[in-house]
Amino acid sequence: MKASNSLWRDYLGARVPDVLGDEIEKFEQQISLKKQGKLDDKVFAETRLRRGVYGQRYDNGHRHDGITQRTLNYPQGELTKGPNTLWDAPGMQRIKIPFGGLNASQLETLAELAEEYSDGIAHVTTRQDFQLHFVHLEDTPSLMRRLAAAGITTREACGNTVRNVTACPYAGVCRDESFDVTPHARATAYFLLGHPDTQNFGRKFKIAFSGCETKGCGLARMHDIGAIAQVREVGGQKKRGFRIFVGGGLGPVPQQARLFDDFLPEEELLPLCQAIGRVFARLGEKKNRNTARLKFLVSKLGIEEFKRVVKEERACLEPDPSWTDWIPRVASFTERPLKEPGLLPISPAGPGDFARWHSSNVYPQRQEGFAAITVALPMGDITSDQLRALADIARKYTRETVRTTVEQNIVLRWISQKDLPALYRDLQSAGLASPGAGTISDITVCPGTDTCKLGISSSRGLASELRRQFSENGLAAGEAVSGLHIKISGCFNSCGQHHIADLGFYGVSRNKGGYQVPHFQVLLGGQWTDNAGAYGLAIGAVPSKRIPEAVERITSRYLKNRLDGESFQAFVKRIGKAECKAMLEDLMAVPPHDADPSFYTDWADAREYTTGDLGVGECAGEVVSELDFQLAACDREVFEAQLHLEKGDLAKAAEVAYQSMLDGARTLLKRSSLAPPAQADQVVETFRRDFYDTELFFDRFVGGNIANYFFKAHERRGQTHDAETARQLVEEAQLFLEAVHSCHMKLSAQPVA
Amino acid sequence: MSTSLNPQHFQVKIFASPPWPDDLGAAIPVFHRWIQQRALPELLIDVADYRHVPAGPGVVLVAHEAFYSLDMRRNRLGLQYSRRAALEGTTESKLRQAMDAALLACSKLESEPEFAGSLRFNTGALEIRVNDRLLAPNTPETWANLRPAIDSCLDAIWGRGAYRIEPSGDARELFAVHAVVGELQPG
Repeated sequence: MKASNSLWRDYLGARVPDVLGDEIEKFEQQISLKKQGKLDDKVFAETRLRRGVYGQRYDNGHRHDGITQRTLNYPQGELTKGPNTLWDAPGMQRIKIPFGGLNASQLETLAELAEEYSDGIAHVTTRQDFQLHFVHLEDTPSLMRRLAAAGITTREACGNTVRNVTACPYAGVCRDESFDVTPHARATAYFLLGHPDTQNFGRKFKIAFSGCETKGCGLARMHDIGAIAQVREVGGQKKRGFRIFVGGGLGPVPQQARLFDDFLPEEELLPLCQAIGRVFARLGEKKNRNTARLKFLVSKLGIEEFKRVVKEERACLEPDPSWTDWIPRVASFTERPLKEPGLLPISPAGPGDFARWHSSNVYPQRQEGFAAITVALPMGDITSDQLRALADIARKYTRETVRTTVEQNIVLRWISQKDLPALYRDLQSAGLASPGAGTISDITVCPGTDTCKLGISSSRGLASELRRQFSENGLAAGEAVSGLHIKISGCFNSCGQHHIADLGFYGVSRNKGGYQVPHFQVLLGGQWTDNAGAYGLAIGAVPSKRIPEAVERITSRYLKNRLDGESFQAFVKRIGKAECKAMLEDLMAVPPHDADPSFYTDWADAREYTTGDLGVGECAGEVVSELDFQLAACDREVFEAQLHLEKGDLAKAAEVAYQSMLDGARTLLKRSSLAPPAQADQVVETFRRDFYDTELFFDRFVGGNIANYFFKAHERRGQTHDAETARQLVEEAQLFLEAVHSCHMKLSAQPVA
Repeated sequence: MSTSLNPQHFQVKIFASPPWPDDLGAAIPVFHRWIQQRALPELLIDVADYRHVPAGPGVVLVAHEAFYSLDMRRNRLGLQYSRRAALEGTTESKLRQAMDAALLACSKLESEPEFAGSLRFNTGALEIRVNDRLLAPNTPETWANLRPAIDSCLDAIWGRGAYRIEPSGDARELFAVHAVVGELQPG
């Protein structure tokens, strides 16, 4: 904890706006009350989450060091900052950056905070936020005051709130946009921040703006509310508005957003967001977190009923001047350049790798003579020194027009094209001139097992290894392959947005001979463009250490067998998922521990992945082998369901997906009975009794929610499905089987009676 | 800055002598082993890998009280000890604690088989920073205030008059000084 914490309030004085200062003061008091034992754990946890103060891996005070489970004896012992979260354990601070917009001073402030309260690294997230890791709770009020003095709040960065409102980082300079959505994103972010109608959600709520239909920069279709700019002629006049999508989301069970309104005039934007917020607060699920996102409410009500309820709510709203008072000022948000427009010489004698950098990192703006350039950050990481250097560069070449991106990079806008060689040199001096922005080596990745409590496999370790191999082996050679997107999540929660990548991966684990082995599920054919236009489907789980080989094999096959001009999505669709799986089948095997122990550690982690999960006794080993075999059969079933889905046979897909869940449950029942029931009703009843009611199946974080997918599928078996519900059932079956694997591994670690 | 406020968070970086190891990844198993063996006085928690960041913190051993990093800041390899938890005592004793912790880590790293003679630290060249801008801004006043404590520590390890020392960095950066036995190398 910093010795200067008590001094920042007075030092900053009036530089902290009163509203933010009061909020931080209250938060500081709550920290004090919690320390005195006068606040409930759950209440305080949600309080700090709403200030962006998150927990981090091992914050329950336990860590497996590769040999044994160790207790981390922090100085303040059992004092907690939430359920199972120790006070002294390092945490993560998320910092909201609405639409990713930053100025140079803010970059400098972030540099200071990363240095003083974290480990010298600031991390750009997939929601255009920044995150600092290894932060002590008691440092957070000072950190927040310093941000507030720079015009940044962490309010509602986490918790069941409206999260950072994202927008295309090229808004205002894009060649394809209908209009600049920056003022609309800004107005929405600040209108909803702390709004009384957004304080009682059962789950988080995400909003995104895109200026065009076709690109992926805004990802509007994977959001609770996605707004895509439209211009229409109304009464002979051009009018700004939005196509509004609702109920999209990734997470364990991804859903494409549904069209709510083909054209919503801009003056209706904020009242509609407010009305949807009120409906979500009133009708959204509150008890079961796993079904509490807006997408479940939209599915439950149906889009037409959802529209009706929202429109009814809209009609009841008291008019609020702040709905529209910003609209006359829209033009004032337009950015201006610092320098005169210019042209790059036809054959620029650029320094070093300038040509390569120029081809991937420079985007010619629609304003002639200017370019937006991407600073490609490795896995979203940037040092304090680099942030300061970037602040200098932003001042030197622009009017501090900086944006973070959902691809975890930073974009500098309004660079006069004649300045590009000099700018490149300055970036190079700061270690910020990596080429390859938006290419296969520019991997999007969540924190995974590095710092996230939910991480299963090392997403950053894998991303780092892939980046290294692309760089050394030239794997990304060839334009067709270099344009692909890779996105990696450490678990099924999809913070790395794996569903919308050409090649997506999410962390899972598998059992081999009584050892746990880190794996990644491979998803192919997701679509980043068209605002996250399609989601990939799982092909199968490959050991972490073989993912680079899998990537090489997939990309080589695409290069070799693609038809003229064929996109990766079209290629995957043409060869089919069965062929995709066949391509990777041999890579799915895991050598025995004795033959190659490297498979049993994760990337960039020397520890044995799960020594504590070793099975005991030879008899237990035999039982495990049989069950593993049956679980593999269940995996094949769910894959078969995906194939039926791919062919459009929705009924068969649903039937097989349900069957895979039933067989998965029955496999678990075999742990305690040589002859588990065969009848579906009995399987469900016994599973409920032996695994759900006993909480054996429960996960530390999601409890028994995944079992509910199975119970629901059983209740609804035989019902007809549309494409969306069939797809959802297949996704849920996949998740249920992952949970069966986890439960089986957990129980295998215990001595068999 | 007031001397009565007693800066807490010293950082000491001891520079490595070239040639440097090709890959700092060797530090990952070493740091994990130190956690298993509880090889340092602090509560050791985890290892963070930032090798992908140019001129970054490299590989970090995260402890409750401090970070130990095989650090590449300014493209200069060194072992940095960065104090996080408060300590009792004088400014001089706190700086001395940070120096001792850094020197101990250097000595241990050099003897680890993963580095097999490929990593050597120059214990005659170091950087001292204070990781708290409010208590120790990078100004001549801070330098004047801290100089007696810094000199006293360096006199103790190198001998009075055996080294050169000068402040470094701009006003936005943490207060920092470079010290080197004999001639000062540009930082």
